[in-house]
Amino acid sequence: MSVLVVEGLRAYYRTSAFGVPRDVRAVDDVSLAVEAGEIYGLAGESSSGKTTLIKTIAAATQPPLEVLAGSVTFNFPSGAIDMQRAGRSQLAAIRWRHLSYIMQGSMSVLNPVRRVHHAFVDFAFRHLGQPMPRFLDTVRAHLQRLQLAPDVLDAFPHQLSGGMRQRVTIALATVCRPEFIIADEPTTALDVVVQKDVLAMIRGIQRELGSSILFVTHDMAVHANLADRLGILYAGRLVEEGRTADIFRAPRHPYTAHLIASLPRLGDTAPKAGLGGVPPNLADPPPGCRFHPRCPRASAICRREVPPLEPVAPGHRVGCFHPEPAP
Amino acid sequence: MDFLSLLRVNRQFAAGVVLLAVIAGFACLSFFSPYPPNDSFVVPPDVPPSAEYWFGTTSRGQDLFWLLTFAIRNTLLFGIVVAVLSRLLALLIGLVAGYSGGLVDRALMSINDTFIVIPLFPILVLFYFVLKDHMSWSLLALMMACLGWSYDARLIRSVALSLRHREFTETGIFSGMSTRQILVEEHLPYVLPIVFSTTMNNINWSIGLEVTLSVLGFTDINTPTVGVMIYWANQHTALVAGIWWWIFFPVLLVVMTFIGLFLLAVSMNEHIDPRSRLGRSER
Amino acid sequence: MTALLELQNVSRHYGGGLFSRRQVMAVRDVSLRLEQGRPEIFTVVGESGSGKTTLARMILGMVTPSSGAIRFQGTDLSTVHGARARRAFMRKVQPIFQNPFEAFNPMKRVDRYLFATARRMADVTGAAAIAEAADTALKSVGLSLAEVGGRFPHQLSGGQLQRVAIARALIPRPALLVADEPVSMIDASLRASIVNLLRELRDRNGLTIIYITHDLATAYYVSDRIIIMRQGIVVESGEARAVLDNPQHPYSQLLKSAVLSPEVPTGVSHA
Repeated sequence: MSVLVVEGLRAYYRTSAFGVPRDVRAVDDVSLAVEAGEIYGLAGESSSGKTTLIKTIAAATQPPLEVLAGSVTFNFPSGAIDMQRAGRSQLAAIRWRHLSYIMQGSMSVLNPVRRVHHAFVDFAFRHLGQPMPRFLDTVRAHLQRLQLAPDVLDAFPHQLSGGMRQRVTIALATVCRPEFIIADEPTTALDVVVQKDVLAMIRGIQRELGSSILFVTHDMAVHANLADRLGILYAGRLVEEGRTADIFRAPRHPYTAHLIASLPRLGDTAPKAGLGGVPPNLADPPPGCRFHPRCPRASAICRREVPPLEPVAPGHRVGCFHPEPAP
Repeated sequence: MDFLSLLRVNRQFAAGVVLLAVIAGFACLSFFSPYPPNDSFVVPPDVPPSAEYWFGTTSRGQDLFWLLTFAIRNTLLFGIVVAVLSRLLALLIGLVAGYSGGLVDRALMSINDTFIVIPLFPILVLFYFVLKDHMSWSLLALMMACLGWSYDARLIRSVALSLRHREFTETGIFSGMSTRQILVEEHLPYVLPIVFSTTMNNINWSIGLEVTLSVLGFTDINTPTVGVMIYWANQHTALVAGIWWWIFFPVLLVVMTFIGLFLLAVSMNEHIDPRSRLGRSER
Repeated sequence: MTALLELQNVSRHYGGGLFSRRQVMAVRDVSLRLEQGRPEIFTVVGESGSGKTTLARMILGMVTPSSGAIRFQGTDLSTVHGARARRAFMRKVQPIFQNPFEAFNPMKRVDRYLFATARRMADVTGAAAIAEAADTALKSVGLSLAEVGGRFPHQLSGGQLQRVAIARALIPRPALLVADEPVSMIDASLRASIVNLLRELRDRNGLTIIYITHDLATAYYVSDRIIIMRQGIVVESGEARAVLDNPQHPYSQLLKSAVLSPEVPTGVSHA
């Protein structure tokens, strides 16, 4: 049974300017599933809706963001939970213990005026149910396993480097051994060398805990090196999904194909073509397939109807009326 | 277009506009007053509000309604003049200090901080005692403008400071824009919301101070303003004598003014930024 | 022959002074030379704290070096004083900033900067001629005044905005463009077109471009010469592909090995 099941999720920002209602269709009819122990990469550029999607999955929605349809269900060993219907105490019970997050800005997680160990106490203490001395020992052992010096607990966040802070954030997110971790661009602001270490750390801890990770980033190179399966988001819709190797070897959706082809690689000077056009305005998206204005393969039906996500190979789904031919 | 849709949609704004329109309209009625403002005993004194005298009459035989139109007009005018003068000063000093930095900034802020700590009320009372009969409304307005800019200049300066280092300022510099052009065209829109709401606050402040000074008799008590009316009411022990309308109506009108200005300031802020007007970007 | 740009032992430190002993050397003893008449893309690679942005700001004249000299077309930058001299300098050296959404005032329309640059930096007079100059510049980057005119920054995509920024920088016909991480905040799918545009500007317009980046892949794709900076010092320099194919300095080797390639590593099983 999948750990996370998202079914037909629709979440819009409902606003009104001068009495005229305006819906920003950030997540439109997204369905996906994440299995136990797998790293599911969510790839999307700006205005793809990926941030809204994670907020909705984590039930962290606030007006004007509203969930209009669909469901998000987590199947933890302790029981299934429907995120839209769960009450606050239920959500508080699973947060951090079964479902945790690694954010992009580590400084937004760690309180700049308190030492690091306070963050561990605030987030994890009540979940582990151990008396304080034993809890601190558990934390120190956890840090050591992640190759972090335990004296990091006594430092203030600003005394640590950006990479160090991000590693602490990862340790924080994994100390309760959650079944599911949502990682939102955890390496984007980091230098290349530090990024490599942080990704290795994420891979290591994932393998040890057997958690599932929903890893969101726009950086395709990170997905190529980390994700087991990959979902491509465009303009609020999932347009392709499959095993990472399959998607990179033979992308079927024109957007994915263009995206991968346009990435420069070290050692390669062949000319690359960028994708023409601009990402659509989610308040007024194009009818039918949202990619059709920029798609070289678009036809009349693309302008009228939304292509459903259909399997084109085992474990590989594409939402396109004219997918790229199989290799 | 903007104004009307704003009226339709934002209730605070609409309420503020309505209140102020009533007050302003009332002030304009002063031009139609059958009685000159300083004449006394033109009508029977101490008559309570009735069909003939809507707000009643004062112990000095003045029709309260018409007197109040003058009072509100003078008070409003006073508040606006002080606000405009002090805004100009605050903008000039704040923008220049924030943008220039260095010695210019330090010098200006030293002057600024000196003005901030001056205790207003004792100084104004002192001026009254020094000037006595030469005290006029224009002089008072000028003095209050000179005392009322310093707090807001600091606010404007901090916005200007942060704007100085934003990349679009540098784009402006590399586009050949002069300092004056950058300050007025690039930075001013960021500073305007502050200026606007501080204008409302400033009007409230200056009217409040004027009323206080007048009630205590420290201004020219021969020109009718709201404060002066209350002064005279107190002189004639109006409340004790049961002539409540002499105090009630001036206070009512000045409270309406305050609330109207406040609502306007609060509701206008979010509409000055074109981003919020055109909707949030979906990024 | 006078060089287009010459840096001689340029350093910049922050802090220090009478009562504080701690000093941060943002840039340490950097020297380089760009020749006149030989258009190239000169790349500065470094991570955060390497000093590459400080270097860029010194070349643009926004920051003065603590020691050493910067000469642009023979003129020492420290002698450029006064509005007129500054303006003459800015006509020849223009910047492109990292965040296109920050480079334009969010409250103002973007065509404003194009018109101002035309009027003040290119001495164009008359509304029609100014609009014409703006349109020509926009067309050279693949946009047009019809598309972009009257728009606010948030109504355009990052890629479009960055192109407008490049168009603006081209209006005074500069000799040198200093691009500070011009594509790092732009979507990956739009990056290639901006990077290609830089190549075109070098080939078609004969512009020399200083390209600052932390991304080795785009550096490889587009650069002629390259310097790699670490904590203010240049650790390696030379012809771009030669350096990146075969880095000699341990730090350069470390950087190269840390770069992730957008390819699924073969032989690695993911769970």
